[in-house]
Amino acid sequence: MAKKRLSGVVGFWSDDHKIVEAAHKMREAGYKHFDAITPFPVHGMEDAIGIKRSSIPYVTFIAGVMGGSLGLLLEYWTSAVSWALNVGGKPYFSLPAFIPVTFELTILFAALSSVGAMFFLNKLPQVDPPIIDPDLTCSKFALWIPDTEPGYSPEKIEAFLKQIGAEEVRRVVEF
Amino acid sequence: MIERKPLVLGNKTYKDITNDICEPVETMPGKTWWSMFFSAKALLLFYLFTIGMIVSTGMGLLGVNHPVGWGTMIVTFVFWIGIGHAGTLISAILFLFRQKWRTSVARSAEAMTVFAVMTAGIFPLIHTGRPWFDFWLFPYPNQRGPLWVNFRSPLLWDVFAVSTYATVSMVFWYVGLVPDFATLRDRAKSGLRRKIYGALSLGWRGTTRHWSHYEMVYMLLAGLSTPLVLSVHTIVSFDFAVSSLPGWHTTIFPPYFVAGAIFSGFGMVVTLLTLVRIGFPKFKDYITIDHMEAMNKIIMATGMMVGYAYGSEFFIAWYSGVPYEKYAFVNRAFGPYWWSYWIMVSCNVFIPQIFWFKWARRSIPVMFIVSIFVNIGMWFERFVITVTSLHRDYLPSNWGMYAWSRWDAFVLIGSFGMFLTLFLLYLRVFPAVSIAEVKPVLHVGKKGEHHG
Repeated sequence: MAKKRLSGVVGFWSDDHKIVEAAHKMREAGYKHFDAITPFPVHGMEDAIGIKRSSIPYVTFIAGVMGGSLGLLLEYWTSAVSWALNVGGKPYFSLPAFIPVTFELTILFAALSSVGAMFFLNKLPQVDPPIIDPDLTCSKFALWIPDTEPGYSPEKIEAFLKQIGAEEVRRVVEF
Repeated sequence: MIERKPLVLGNKTYKDITNDICEPVETMPGKTWWSMFFSAKALLLFYLFTIGMIVSTGMGLLGVNHPVGWGTMIVTFVFWIGIGHAGTLISAILFLFRQKWRTSVARSAEAMTVFAVMTAGIFPLIHTGRPWFDFWLFPYPNQRGPLWVNFRSPLLWDVFAVSTYATVSMVFWYVGLVPDFATLRDRAKSGLRRKIYGALSLGWRGTTRHWSHYEMVYMLLAGLSTPLVLSVHTIVSFDFAVSSLPGWHTTIFPPYFVAGAIFSGFGMVVTLLTLVRIGFPKFKDYITIDHMEAMNKIIMATGMMVGYAYGSEFFIAWYSGVPYEKYAFVNRAFGPYWWSYWIMVSCNVFIPQIFWFKWARRSIPVMFIVSIFVNIGMWFERFVITVTSLHRDYLPSNWGMYAWSRWDAFVLIGSFGMFLTLFLLYLRVFPAVSIAEVKPVLHVGKKGEHHG
């Protein structure tokens, strides 16, 4: 699936605390569609950019409930409906003995669905996406303003990034 | 005020961290690694040969027979599964408890978990006797009725517990690796390396939106793995405890097995990490002596929990007033298998007591030797539980000994070939310390810097 890539402007920092302050200023100045690119999760950055809490826990909960119910249903149906066998005089539906498998399937469904949701929300996997700078997964931090920003004007953004302390500003053809 | 000790030694920059951790992946291995790798590889080939012999000839090659129907296969299965538990404890439970020192040891501990569970999984599959029918373990629609698996059996619970554990710990490990694969991709000089790590990184971009979902899923996986890891060894202990055999049928088994699993796992983590520190001297700044000391404290604490369980079992055997139960325990310590019992107690309870001394906790040779004893002792614990309970049950006419054969020894030794081959390959292919997790703790405990 070929996705449309965006062009934009990017400003670099080498200090993770300064870039958080810069992101705050950027948001106060009214920028909406910008994002940061960092080698590790920077404390306070989501707040600065205004990203809401991830919605993955809802997926985890629903998947867990589904996994557990499906597990219990499978045990009930195979042991009491499809081919009921008397095992050691225990009831066909031996609830206490069915708990371990129910529990394991709850965890399995919840874990795999959460990871699946993370990949879906992050639009991963991507085949060979363009990267802005190899140091952004190593030692540099960047603020990225794509051309979808309302009233996008590269010159204005470049000047603003320099004003809030960017060490280097670059225009990017696609990201 | 108690001061935090630095988690990363030396005056490192973010760039230095990346360079140090990527170095083993990006350089050719030296003689030591090759010689260890070829030894492990030879052992792995020997293991494959042994498994081939056992599968083609039949379980009769091993010493299992009436009355000892569970032998090396089950003992060694529980041994390896237990080792895996320390990795999940470090990566998930210590994460939830916000123990920042876990970051630099978590990756290798999780790798150990994944490889130990893979090694363990093979044993029950062969123990079934006809491994080509192992798909019968899963409930699938079939034309024999359909005849379903027995969901009341602890052995079936184990199938679900171990396969869920293997899946979830592999996924957890991989999710942790994704940003580091992106780092390796961006550093790659050759096109092929870029392609391989690019594919493994799944196109990771490192935007804050990515990190936001990523951190959430990481925490959720930690929260899910925590009850999972406790449930796995609990269910493994049910394999024994749900039966009605004296020495097996005890309520103490689940917590006793979990404590033992964490104990043995930390033993293996210390064994492996002391070797990693020798092999990659630069890692000493990340896996510091303080980290090793913390793990040694856990070894001593869990060792004493296991010791408490040994004592408590004896007390309850006497207090219950059941003659069979009493006999099972007296027979363990003073019967024909007395030596295995005392190897177990010495290695697991007495020897780790040396960690009361700070110099011992911080001495690499001492902790390496103790960790080897812990590994030996925990294998014997499972041997004691399995074999001594089976060999003398209610009826004296039903008594016998375990006919240990050389093939029993071969599978046990060979399994280390599989585990070590995988671990040695991992050290050269994957970043053995989590790059993205170590960077945020770089400033912890550093003087003159005030970060949260």
